Amino acid sequence: MTDVTEHTTPVYPMARTCPMSPPLEYAKLRERGPVSRARLPDGRPVWLVTGHAETRAVLADPRVSSDRTAPGYPSPFVVTRELVKQGGPSMVGQDPPEHGRTRRPTITEFSVKRVRELRPRIQEIVDEHISALLAGPRPADLVPALSLPVPSLVICELLGVPYADRALFQSRTALMISNSTPPERRLAASQEILDYFDVLITAKETRGDDDVLGRVMARHRAEGTYDHRAAVQLARLLLIAGHETTANMISLGTVALLEHPEQRAELVADPELVPQAVEELLRFFTIADTVTIRTARADIEIGGVTIREGEGLVALGAAADHDPVVFADPGTLDIHRDARHHVAFGYGIHQCLGQNLARAELEIVFGTLFRRIPGLRLAAPVEELAFKTDAVVYGMHALPVTW
Amino acid sequence: MRVNADRDVCIGSGQCVLSEPRVFDQSDEDGLVLLLAADPPADTAEGVRRAVTLCPSGALSVEDDEG
Repeated sequence: MTDVTEHTTPVYPMARTCPMSPPLEYAKLRERGPVSRARLPDGRPVWLVTGHAETRAVLADPRVSSDRTAPGYPSPFVVTRELVKQGGPSMVGQDPPEHGRTRRPTITEFSVKRVRELRPRIQEIVDEHISALLAGPRPADLVPALSLPVPSLVICELLGVPYADRALFQSRTALMISNSTPPERRLAASQEILDYFDVLITAKETRGDDDVLGRVMARHRAEGTYDHRAAVQLARLLLIAGHETTANMISLGTVALLEHPEQRAELVADPELVPQAVEELLRFFTIADTVTIRTARADIEIGGVTIREGEGLVALGAAADHDPVVFADPGTLDIHRDARHHVAFGYGIHQCLGQNLARAELEIVFGTLFRRIPGLRLAAPVEELAFKTDAVVYGMHALPVTW
Repeated sequence: MRVNADRDVCIGSGQCVLSEPRVFDQSDEDGLVLLLAADPPADTAEGVRRAVTLCPSGALSVEDDEG
């Protein structure tokens, strides 16, 4: 690369400066083409994929690798390699065939049918937390009152993790996924969660619990593929992915719907609109778009460029989900839009394992919250709210509301 | 229309079940796709095509009938 282009090459990652929009640079990147050049903070070049069709194509391409320890893996975060070494590979960073061996024993636990069976219990948890919110003082912070406890309690009950231990894993998760946390502290927080699950998994090994972790462990044992360290890593992955992402979507979705009173009123009047509204909120925010990072295992021609073997790429889901070719007027929240082809859960073999659980939780929260608290409103202007602009997963630190 | 589902490729996302539950299900045992009708009725065609488009793993395909 010549010096002339060096100065004009965008730097990834880009921050969200407008809380209700993907990074503004994404639209400029798209003007350069659906796949364009950028560089990482350390100067290494990286390809950024911004087109919806190209994002789906590249994430479904067997010639890309998710291995976070690959030499060309373009992680913008300095501790990624150390984190992987510390915990061992999780399914997120595995390629076939190892990926299938890790993911397959977990799939039935998150099927559409299984999640449907969980709905009454999720509804009960949501109702209890909204009742407690209504009984408490005004204004209230919705994050500790609803956004965080609902998915945390749901995933704890599913996995068979004592909810009483939540202070430990919620605080350590927050440290782990924040890019403001110094590298040593991130590694220490990661180790603390691993130590916690080391003890829990050891106990489950003797007890043979009838919960998601216990059943997945039993399936591995039956296949002769059981590994203690892998079980610890899986437990941590499912716990973190199971509460942090959904919590952020509950907060962000609530703000978006409070800012669009007509659409909120439609949802309350017609609960059948809730599932498609959830898909639109998932598209609109696409909060985990720094997760879909890959390395090319062969030369790949895509979007008018050739990504060479060994080069790194990031599929920017939030850019893809705001591609005007696929989603007209993408910056407008429209619950009547058909948004199901969004890539907020990723695409290809790594697409979110818990997506149907997330859908159920979000549908139940948004289908209940505004019905039970019709007068809900923000207790501070949107521009003063604390958004997670420095995190691996976008979200909110606090959400002051009143009614 | 004929539908094919490759269980070796499937990752159990359930997108097909959400798109057309009259044609697709997930096995209780392994969570992978189960075809309820390989030769589905005409009124499921839209949902089946939708499932093919949304499937993240490329496990689904359709063959249109001749003529």
